[in-house]
Amino acid sequence: MNPAVNAYKTGWRRALIETRISLATPSEVVGIVFPLALAVTVLLFLRGVDVDDSPVSLGSMNMPSLIGMMIVWGGALGVLSTMLLDRTNGTMLRAKSMPGGMTGYLVGKLGMTALVTAFNVVVLLVVGLVFFDGVEFGSPDRWLLFLAVLALGLVATIPLGAVLGALFDNPSSMALVMMPFMGLVAISGIFYPVTALPEWLQVIGQVFPTYWTGLGMRHALLPDSAVAVEIGGDWRTLTMFIVLAAWAVASLAFAPKLLSRMARRESGSTMTARREKMQQNWG
Amino acid sequence: MAQPPTDAGHAIAVSDLRMRYGDKDVLKGVDFTIEAGGVTALLGPNGAGKTTTIEILEGFRSRSAGSVEVLGADPEHGGERWKARMGIVLQEWRDNGKWRVRDLVAHFGDYYRPYAEPWGADELLDVVGLATQAKQRVQRLSGGQRRRLDVALGIIGRPALLFLDEPTTGFDPHARREFHELIHRLTDLEGTTILLTTHDLDEAEKLAERILILAGGRIIADGSPDQLARAAATTAEVKWMQDGRLQVHATDDATAFARKLLATDEGAVTDLEIRRASLEEAYMTLVEQFEAGEAEAAVDKFLSKLWLASFAKKEATK
Repeated sequence: MNPAVNAYKTGWRRALIETRISLATPSEVVGIVFPLALAVTVLLFLRGVDVDDSPVSLGSMNMPSLIGMMIVWGGALGVLSTMLLDRTNGTMLRAKSMPGGMTGYLVGKLGMTALVTAFNVVVLLVVGLVFFDGVEFGSPDRWLLFLAVLALGLVATIPLGAVLGALFDNPSSMALVMMPFMGLVAISGIFYPVTALPEWLQVIGQVFPTYWTGLGMRHALLPDSAVAVEIGGDWRTLTMFIVLAAWAVASLAFAPKLLSRMARRESGSTMTARREKMQQNWG
Repeated sequence: MAQPPTDAGHAIAVSDLRMRYGDKDVLKGVDFTIEAGGVTALLGPNGAGKTTTIEILEGFRSRSAGSVEVLGADPEHGGERWKARMGIVLQEWRDNGKWRVRDLVAHFGDYYRPYAEPWGADELLDVVGLATQAKQRVQRLSGGQRRRLDVALGIIGRPALLFLDEPTTGFDPHARREFHELIHRLTDLEGTTILLTTHDLDEAEKLAERILILAGGRIIADGSPDQLARAAATTAEVKWMQDGRLQVHATDDATAFARKLLATDEGAVTDLEIRRASLEEAYMTLVEQFEAGEAEAAVDKFLSKLWLASFAKKEATK
């Protein structure tokens, strides 16, 4: 078999095995379910809160937004945290020591992240459809839109996570990335309509993918009249696809070079140094 | 499944290898070649540059200067086919902890399929003595079991060359002995060339047919355990009491020295004692001095004890 084809195929098998491991390991499931359950619980209480101009409650409006956010978090932060961990425990170095191992590793991790994130999104979707009034697919083409936003969102954010994972090499940099991400969520209209914010914050929010995946999911899952709350009273479907596609293209363009640089620098002693530094940081 | 010939030529050829971190020279011109087959130990005190050397050979690290050839290629431009012919066991590996042992072994074997027929998972787990742990999660293995899994993953693609970096660090005596037995089994299996690093002379003597001692940034001794032991034993220490004072003299010919001493002392010499130096003593002194930060002095003293003719010649010409 062609070595490159073999590496991709083996990597894909890795994605399937690790998805199974991830969904069958209680600690990992709790790690995913707990924060989501917390968010959903809050949203359940917000079902009684009305929003001006909106046909649905704040809870129902936030549910699709949460799904949109989940794509970015699961995708970008999921890959980043996996890579940071794997550079400390030797998983990445092991991959480097095998023929085609690095390719297989990346295909496996990116594939696993996509599958696990998609799984979480589907779980959230079911919860939304069942418990939140007004959250439903109004017409068959909304299903298509849902799948398109999910797919493009993953394609945009997973390579972005890989780029970040190649740039940062220390588990403590996770906090460094988490903070801006949290800030971005606050200005991306996930938990309240973005139009309530000053205009300059709206502009910043609209540069990043979180706003657009949230908007896309609201479009897919809320009644048409809910558009009144959005910027310009428009779903801006084309703009959404263009922005997400731009992020996808940009990340995919940078990822290979950065990842191979990262792979080249990986060695046993750099890993040991990293681990020692981490132990010092944690006392 | 064409397997390139591995018996022809050197498995490893290193010449004038230098490594500099900032303004610190860790390797100052390392030279050695290793023929295909057999076990070679790279022995040296902690911090002597063993891991640096082995990482350069593995292609994990770029060297500062010198030429290196491993399995016919420069490790910095090895490529995947070259990688497929090597197995690497690092000092410490905690990867893929959530996988089950057998799944991991079977999966990693798949990466080698374009290059060689990998070991079957069950057969390989049998060889390294992990058959009963096949269904366990990797993170639940003991330290010794984990290292044996690392060896399994290292040899899964039937490599021509296997690197083991400090393979028994942190082992209890039992785990250590089991691991040594495993290495002996491996050498019987298919003639894989093995290069291991260790700071433990005893381990090097037990496992290796050839020992290279790395200290002060150079290879300072090179030979079979037996050769090194005999070289060290050439020097003897003669001690005696004379006029109420302890006298000590090191000599290559203790018999002649003693004959002369007793012939001229007029009965004043008492408590005469002749002790042959051992390789172990010489090495221990080397390690102690090295750890006290006296690398150069340590090497000089070691070389004065270890009178290896071929080596002395080489040093003299420098």
